[in-house]
Amino acid sequence: MARRQPEHPDGPKGAFLPFRHRHLLGIAQLNPVEIIDLIDRAEAMIPISRQQKTLPNLAGKTQINLFFENSTRTQASFEIAGKRLGATVMNMAVNTSSVAKGETLVDTAATLNAMQPDAIVVRHGSSGAVELLSQKVGCAVVNAGDGAHEHPTQALLDALTIRRHKGRLNGLTIAICGDIANSRVARSNLILLGAMQARTRVIAPKSLLPRGVEQMASEVFTDMREGLRGADVVMMLRLQNERASGKLIPSVREYYRFYGLDAEKLAHANADALVMHPGPMNRGVEIDPAVADGPQSVITEQVEMGVAVRMAVLDALLDKEGEDA
Amino acid sequence: MHRPLLIENARIVDPASNADFSGAVLVENGVIADIAQGALPGAPDKCRRIDAKGLVLAPGLIDMRVFTGEPGHEYRETLQSAGRAAAAGGVTSMLVMPDTQPVIDDGALVEFIARHAAATTCVNVLPSAAITKGTEGCELTEFGLLREAGAVCFTEGRKSLQSAAVMRAAMIYATNFDAPIVHLPLEASLAADGVMNAGPLATFRGLKGIAVEAETIPLDRDLQLALATGARYHAAQISTARAAEIAEAYKGRSAGVSVGVSINALCLNENDVGSYRTFFKLAPPLRSEDDRLALVEALRTGVIDTIHSDHDPQDSEVKRQPFADAAIGAIGLETLLPAALRLHHAGDVDLMTLLRAMTVRPAEILGLDAGRIARGAPADLCLIDPDYPWIVEEATIRSRSRNTTFENARMTGKVMLTIVGGKVVFEEDAAA
Repeated sequence: MARRQPEHPDGPKGAFLPFRHRHLLGIAQLNPVEIIDLIDRAEAMIPISRQQKTLPNLAGKTQINLFFENSTRTQASFEIAGKRLGATVMNMAVNTSSVAKGETLVDTAATLNAMQPDAIVVRHGSSGAVELLSQKVGCAVVNAGDGAHEHPTQALLDALTIRRHKGRLNGLTIAICGDIANSRVARSNLILLGAMQARTRVIAPKSLLPRGVEQMASEVFTDMREGLRGADVVMMLRLQNERASGKLIPSVREYYRFYGLDAEKLAHANADALVMHPGPMNRGVEIDPAVADGPQSVITEQVEMGVAVRMAVLDALLDKEGEDA
Repeated sequence: MHRPLLIENARIVDPASNADFSGAVLVENGVIADIAQGALPGAPDKCRRIDAKGLVLAPGLIDMRVFTGEPGHEYRETLQSAGRAAAAGGVTSMLVMPDTQPVIDDGALVEFIARHAAATTCVNVLPSAAITKGTEGCELTEFGLLREAGAVCFTEGRKSLQSAAVMRAAMIYATNFDAPIVHLPLEASLAADGVMNAGPLATFRGLKGIAVEAETIPLDRDLQLALATGARYHAAQISTARAAEIAEAYKGRSAGVSVGVSINALCLNENDVGSYRTFFKLAPPLRSEDDRLALVEALRTGVIDTIHSDHDPQDSEVKRQPFADAAIGAIGLETLLPAALRLHHAGDVDLMTLLRAMTVRPAEILGLDAGRIARGAPADLCLIDPDYPWIVEEATIRSRSRNTTFENARMTGKVMLTIVGGKVVFEEDAAA
């Protein structure tokens, strides 16, 4: 298989597989070798990102961040990643409430495509919307989150963070806790960690567990303490406030009592368990501030790894010169 | 009047009389004038002779669930374009749904549909009327006046009556006019914002699911009310194994209740949604393979009475959307029979049972003088080559909209000739 040595002296060291996909729409499209390759690429990007250096890999290329849902953090992360690779980055926020839903999606895709970008990073509130858009454009598309479907770069950055601390992914017991039913982060993580032979657990009240979740996770728990026992990693998910309005969850305080991560519940996990959260956090809803800021928390590091992962993904998709077509 | 028509060398299959024999049919003055086993002596000299070459001659199909865009959304489908698609599919009568714009909830509108259809459409158009004004689920429409204007039955179309009290009132009042209530059972509070069958597939795709109970609870409610009121009730379409079980339990206790199924539910399942293919977004949603098999079995045993196309034209603008935002529905008039023949070729359901569910059973439920091959009956007929191989191609679809669930599907069997009221309205080029 053709391997490529990055030509730039500051560039990632080592050889990587040619990335054979045109888009990154989800973890489900990747095989285990490709997942590891992307994590390796991201690992190699960390020194660049840390030293705030700029690589010329994407010089002269145009990246459009198209966000149909607000997300300051993810959008900023993709913007910095693109800029550190020398790309010209343009942000387009589309307020879904002000435009007729969906109609704009295919229209917007056609309009943006006519401007000849090299990559479009898309977030959309509907599952499958990013895939639909990818069918209408001639450039690379990166899924920055579609509905409750996938958020592949989040799962990659979580995996990178875990691997840096634990040295591996396979064989680890990883508990994902919270609104599994509505979470794209949970789906992408379950697919990735499953492919990496990790032991995945989901912990949630029944009303936040989707049907057939047992086909995506190794184990399912409704009791948080039981679910945390022996866990190497605890991933908390954000609870949308509207879920706790009495339909799925009676109240925030009830949720916190049974599913909020505090020191007492965390003590059931392994002593060196990592605490993770994709952000933004609801302190006091799904996580005790003392735990979020405590010694086991790697939440800030996740944000840092996010830039490296997004650099790696953009680089893999766009910098294909010298690779077999 | 048209020239008399003699169809010879046909395999005549008439579910109404359970007859299956080779023979000839003479059509004169819009009705079936004579039928004979073998040759038919004494046919008029001037008649047009069609050699069926052993193909199946069946009563024209009666499709109990057809949406057009007329009035209100003619760019999707007119009665005329739907009629052309129907003719090509062997459908000689189509029951058109009332949830158009405006909603067909007034006698004048029923008369408009009937008059406009007669002037433009080559097949029989049977107007239905809304159960409630504006299909808003509150006030009953004028059943008597609507019936006089020509409404064949009362239905809310795509909508489902949420109030048990309104359904009960509608059933009681409908018995005054012996009018059938045709109703899609769907509990809105349970279906909520679901877009496909609830289950692992929906979970994996990140789509909200519609649970089986969203169908079974209102179906049970409707059947209880039908039993209590003595109303004629037809469950427009069911999609689940559990619904078939419930229907079976009630059907033993009342002759007035019947059940329909969409051809999509018999031939497809949730896996066809695949990668967010919006043409497969239907209501009720495509269910599991176990459900599909149970529906096929229910059809075979007679628990399910009728098969329809659920023809619902939607343009690409509303279909080329993220799955959750896309419009619901698929066209199906042209593919109803060929898709049904898949069950025949697979050995699941015999030809007689399939045809019964698309001819005489709909006629009985709706109280029509149609759906049979008998002397004096209307000459609504179709000639079917059950083994004709072909591929459904988007370019040749007659419907104005292209949202078919059978795009590029390989079919075995096709309608070669369709006759409505003694007049040939469709003839396949390759036909005799």
